Amino acid sequence: MEKIPILRMGHFLLVTIQVDLYDQLAENLEADLVSMVSKTNAKGVLIDVSSVSIIDSFMGRILGNIATMSKIMDADTVVVGMQPAVAITLVELGLPLKGVYTALNVERGMELLRSKILLEEEDQEEENDDDTDSTE
Amino acid sequence: MKNESIKIFQKKKQAVLEKWIHIQSQDQILNNDLITNEDLRIQSEELLFAFIDNLSDSNIDNAESRDFESVVDILSSISISRAKQGYSPRETGNYIYSLKEALLSTLSEEIKDPATLYAQSMIINKLLDSFSTSTFETFIKGREDVIFRQTDEITQISTPVIRLWDGILALPIIGTLDSSRTQVVMESLLQEIVETGSSIAILDISGVPAVDSLVAQHLIKTVSATRLMGAECIISGIRPEIAQTVVHLGIDLSTIITKATLASALKTAFIMLNLEVNKKQRVK
Repeated sequence: MEKIPILRMGHFLLVTIQVDLYDQLAENLEADLVSMVSKTNAKGVLIDVSSVSIIDSFMGRILGNIATMSKIMDADTVVVGMQPAVAITLVELGLPLKGVYTALNVERGMELLRSKILLEEEDQEEENDDDTDSTE
Repeated sequence: MKNESIKIFQKKKQAVLEKWIHIQSQDQILNNDLITNEDLRIQSEELLFAFIDNLSDSNIDNAESRDFESVVDILSSISISRAKQGYSPRETGNYIYSLKEALLSTLSEEIKDPATLYAQSMIINKLLDSFSTSTFETFIKGREDVIFRQTDEITQISTPVIRLWDGILALPIIGTLDSSRTQVVMESLLQEIVETGSSIAILDISGVPAVDSLVAQHLIKTVSATRLMGAECIISGIRPEIAQTVVHLGIDLSTIITKATLASALKTAFIMLNLEVNKKQRVK
């Protein structure tokens, strides 16, 4: 049975979809990805769809689901490299993928994730600073 | 037995041609600049000879006959080229009607018996009328082709994607946004985003005369598609009247970054890209 590989890169999980997804494959990906997020404690998920030429409403929903699920497990999702035709189709289907971050290519996507993590760390540091201040 | 008029035409080929050219030259005094007399002569000769050569007993009362295919082909190419050259419909029509006139007057010279003349004239009349109808059809089709081509050109020209800065694209929209145009706008914008790797696109709608709910929906769609690609979209050039209609129609544009002028949209884009544009310090 076909499987979409999920690669771990530091704090992030990398998924490149190289084949056209059919429903079962997409559902498996959703389940695998969520369990990987919890196992590796990932801070970000990057999904590369640059070689996907067909996305239907089901796939659009799965992408949205993955983003929401990861979000509640404290990981941001970035979808990168969407083809113009696919973007137009999704919009026409009424699925603008709210809550999913997007980037033009993998490089920009990684930058975006890194900046998110930096922001979070800064926030935490500030909180820690506050804590130390209050204890002094 | 061979039809009488066929015999006459085949015998009098050259005379009919001369007559036809004569009638045309009287008709077309106004339009001598569109086609030279020689060209007109060659054109007419080709058509007339194709017509007479293909005429036979079996097809004289049937313009749909396969024998006339070459005649119809010549006619269509003449009328299409006339449509493109800018002839008026009247001139194109007269071209065929003058042929009919020439044919009928030749018949009246040759046939003395009034009853036969009438019968033959009716047959020729009918045949030529059906040719002129098909000429008109192709003439109008030629004109329509011109119109379609121009429409295409206008759509292409009116949606240029401009590279404003490294990573910033601008798309000034001039004219009303309908569904088919939105499609063209969206496609060319997204394609350009992929090609240039830009992360910000500015849609300038100062040239859009009116924004109704449909246009607004098209704009929102374009913005959503741009976001899906991983770029941010700014809408600029919102005139006061447009702001009024948008609010009166209850359209929610709060999810979209909107700016009044292209300049302020560019400024916002610079800030988003962490760019700074400064006046050069004068060296003292």
